[in-house]
Amino acid sequence: MEGVLHQVLSGIASGSIYASVALALVMIYQATHHVNFAQGEMATFSTYIALTLINFGIPYWIAFVLTVAVSFVIGMAIERVLMRPMMDAPVLSSVGVFVGLLLIVNACSGWFFDYTIKQFPTPFGNNPMWGGYISGHELGATGVTLVVLLAVYLFFRHTKLGLGMRAAAYNPVSARLVGINVGGMLALGWGLAAGIGAIAGMMIAPVVFLDPNMMGGILLYAFAGALLGGIDNPLGAVLGGFAVGVIENLGGAYIVGTELKLTLALVIIVAVVVVKPSGLLGRSVQSRV
Amino acid sequence: MQNERAMHGATGVKEPLSGGASFASPVSDVVAAESEATPFLPPGDSGSPADLETTARGSLGRGVWVIAAAVVVAAAVPALFFNGYHLFQLTMMVIYAIAILGLALLTGFNGQISLGHGAFYAIGAYTTAILMANWDVPYWATLPVAAVSCGIVGFLIGLPALRLGGLYLALTTFSLSVAIPQLLKYKLVSDWTGGVQGLVLDKPDAPFGLPMSGDQWLYLFTLGVGVVLFILAWNIVHGRVGRAMMAIRDHALAAEAMGINISMLKTRTFAVSAMFTGVAGALSAIAVQFVAPDSFGIFVSIFLFVGLVVGGVASIGGTILGALFVQFVPNLADSVSKAAPGAVYGALLIAVMFLMPEGAGGLILSLWRRVRR
Repeated sequence: MEGVLHQVLSGIASGSIYASVALALVMIYQATHHVNFAQGEMATFSTYIALTLINFGIPYWIAFVLTVAVSFVIGMAIERVLMRPMMDAPVLSSVGVFVGLLLIVNACSGWFFDYTIKQFPTPFGNNPMWGGYISGHELGATGVTLVVLLAVYLFFRHTKLGLGMRAAAYNPVSARLVGINVGGMLALGWGLAAGIGAIAGMMIAPVVFLDPNMMGGILLYAFAGALLGGIDNPLGAVLGGFAVGVIENLGGAYIVGTELKLTLALVIIVAVVVVKPSGLLGRSVQSRV
Repeated sequence: MQNERAMHGATGVKEPLSGGASFASPVSDVVAAESEATPFLPPGDSGSPADLETTARGSLGRGVWVIAAAVVVAAAVPALFFNGYHLFQLTMMVIYAIAILGLALLTGFNGQISLGHGAFYAIGAYTTAILMANWDVPYWATLPVAAVSCGIVGFLIGLPALRLGGLYLALTTFSLSVAIPQLLKYKLVSDWTGGVQGLVLDKPDAPFGLPMSGDQWLYLFTLGVGVVLFILAWNIVHGRVGRAMMAIRDHALAAEAMGINISMLKTRTFAVSAMFTGVAGALSAIAVQFVAPDSFGIFVSIFLFVGLVVGGVASIGGTILGALFVQFVPNLADSVSKAAPGAVYGALLIAVMFLMPEGAGGLILSLWRRVRR
């Protein structure tokens, strides 16, 4: 029983990372109906920026804020330069551009920061807490991501800008008619997604160590989480992310073994897509033919 | 999609496609419905009907056949002059061309985006490697087995793929290719697959005492398989089945209304596509003489996708250009930096999407048409 509790708690800890990345994916999907295959690589790149800043001697939390800000700007720039012309392009073109972006960002990570595996510092320490059920870093990282998720929720629910972004994603034409800068909102959404991804990267890097392909598996879990919760529902994606974290840990410990954890994510994805493509909380899309 | 399928259940009657002038008898319609069993058309035949569009394609077709023959002859020449590593690179290029051709059948001609063809490449390679290493099966005899096993897996994956729209399919196949190395390492199968260490194979020698090295023979053998598969793909695409595949890609509902059995054709296209890529994987295992789980990661799938897009998604000749690109650009870029190939791939992928969505093959084809006008 204690083992199960331990697995569930560390499942929630890793689930919080998946939830953040899933949220970043959903934010972009909601607004543009594109799935950002490069989300993980962008987060890795941001984490490298953070490590560089920390190595310059900048205190952790200042580096944290700076990294989020830089990632925000990079995200907005990518939307402006690459994604704007792809707004109404066929699916194949957008997939192609995203895969291209993935390759470029991955190559940049390796080029600028080399391919060796690096340690990433944690501000929370690694002492076991709560009678050894969870490490200090896991607890701290879960706390940070929960704060981020709460902040994003409050931003979308209770600010005018958040309302504008929701409107732009929900119905671009009407939003434009009432004077919302839809293009600006899309860029802002990309910036936010990149910032959230950066936080997720900085929180997972002390656990899995930093290398250019760090986020490959995590992106897969985030996909699974986003699909499980409903890819057009931010709350669903967050819950889905946590659920995938717990399923992954329990399944890895008791059912399939740790070697097949990624396959578990694949099974979740296929199962959701086949049984209930709209996810648990998503809207099912009906199209007129 | 739901409605389309429901409607299909009600129709059920198979009508020949309009414009299918190449098939005169109703018998050949029945045969053509059996997907891979497309009757082989002699090259000149498509030019005979008076239909304007068909004749235009026929004259283009003859030109293409001449070029194709020239390419094959030119491609066989290096076997005489090169040896060792350079010939190995050419062998790998032919192998990539076959793999990309499989992807083109699915993504380019049928509109199902796959970011997971590395999985079929891996299955093909492992089928051959397991047969050769564990049961001493001769290398040539493993190819049909690899083709069949990949075809079956492809068909099975094609079934859930029926329910997935473009983006979801891309996502699912993407996850498949991320997960495949882990599956290959799994302890239940590691007795056969060799686990993390992989399997080492012997290089085949030239048969019948032919006076050539193993590398030369392997290159010619690969080229021969490639030529057969390219002719097969050309006939699939330019026959009735190919038109039905493209009709599904361009307008699924209209295709359904014309009596095309969408789910059957889509799953079979998936199977054939997986077969092509699987044979390429099998050939790669023979050429590299080594398989290991980590050489079949997500990047194989991505490179195949890059080759497809750069060559032109719906272009059979373009797959050769794509293979040239995938094989030789990393070698050139590698001398700059370890990261350079990825950066070049990515930049070119985006550039192609923005500047020439039909890829290099499409570009050359449109120039060719302009020259002939």
